[in-house]
Amino acid sequence: MKITLTINNTKREVEISPSEFLLDVLRRLNYSSVKKGCDTGTCGVCTVLMDGKPVLSCSILAASADGHEITTIEGIEKDPEFKNISNALLEEGADQCGFCSPGLILNVYAMGKELKNPTEDEIKKYLVGNLCRCTGYVPQLRAIKKYFEVKA
Amino acid sequence: MIEIKDYFRPKSVEEAYEKLINIEGAEIIGSGAFMRLASRKINLAIDLQDTGLNYVKLEKDEIKIGGATPLGEVERSEIIKEVFEGKLIHVLQSIWSVQLRNIATIGGTIFPKLGFSDLITALLVLNTDVVLFNNGRMPLEVFLTEKIRKDILVELIIKNENRKMSFQYMRNSFYDFSILNSAVSVDEERNFRISIGARPAVAKLATKAMEYLKNNNDIEEASKLAAEEMEYGSNIKASKEYRKMIAPVLVKRGLEEVIQ
Repeated sequence: MKITLTINNTKREVEISPSEFLLDVLRRLNYSSVKKGCDTGTCGVCTVLMDGKPVLSCSILAASADGHEITTIEGIEKDPEFKNISNALLEEGADQCGFCSPGLILNVYAMGKELKNPTEDEIKKYLVGNLCRCTGYVPQLRAIKKYFEVKA
Repeated sequence: MIEIKDYFRPKSVEEAYEKLINIEGAEIIGSGAFMRLASRKINLAIDLQDTGLNYVKLEKDEIKIGGATPLGEVERSEIIKEVFEGKLIHVLQSIWSVQLRNIATIGGTIFPKLGFSDLITALLVLNTDVVLFNNGRMPLEVFLTEKIRKDILVELIIKNENRKMSFQYMRNSFYDFSILNSAVSVDEERNFRISIGARPAVAKLATKAMEYLKNNNDIEEASKLAAEEMEYGSNIKASKEYRKMIAPVLVKRGLEEVIQ
């Protein structure tokens, strides 16, 4: 079947199988920042924005995304908020292998649009679905708090 | 591996139902959440996202939520933030992750009667009705005991009343399914509702304990009664003995919170 996805503001017609998930289609189209991790809806490395809201691309049928706007991290590359978030993470040593970073950054980006000045508890709750095997979350939390403090 | 032969996005619930009953192997899909974990064949996956069932509205004393509304939309609704002292938001925010809640729908959560569901446990104590396209409107507790397979959850109706509620759970970590959960509520006439879920069977009301509290104030005894009238099972999360032991503790905590 043929679907139309608007990926990072570019409309694309894609031939898919009804059994395919969005993650696999995005990776097939070379959006390699969208990572394949647990593939069960748990780890958050496959996070993309669908119509501006963070979703797990491993848990959405590609057919269900037909007609929607998909944003991967490549799509916010020129957004100043992307620089601010990634700089905060770098300054605090909050990413090591970097595998979780695209999903984490997209979720922080979405949180910034939804919550103006989140508390530490709100940050933790919002990011609970972004697992990181390297940092132990302490430098990540420090970086994200710093990002929101500067933003405020 | 999930194998889907065909995908269909109807424009109306009528159209969706017609396909559901006439095509063998047709299924309503919530969105795809957790579908990857399943190993089955679906001849026709019916996606309800264009059927107009995505809404949260307040009509008189009823909160109406469309069956295809993602949990994330419910969580962000100003109506839901206002009612039951914001406690429903607390329940929703304890369900898995933001990313999953933006996918998982109300219908996809309630219709399969998932045993691990936190939302079903909470909704049971809030005088909730489900509206099915074919079988009509019925209380949630009745729906949970019915064997309805081919139907569409069109709407959830929650009575907006002055009811205090509490939701309690036991988990290995915040980001996990509940080993056991319990919800308690009380209205101004001291009509209590108590439910226990993730036993690991789907939640149900503790009717004997609810009846007991009409004429008694002993919450310790009511908690014991509620725990005793449930059946428990074992799974990878916990044994039935463990669940049975923590059940009265969760109910008591809930009762203490709503009585305060």
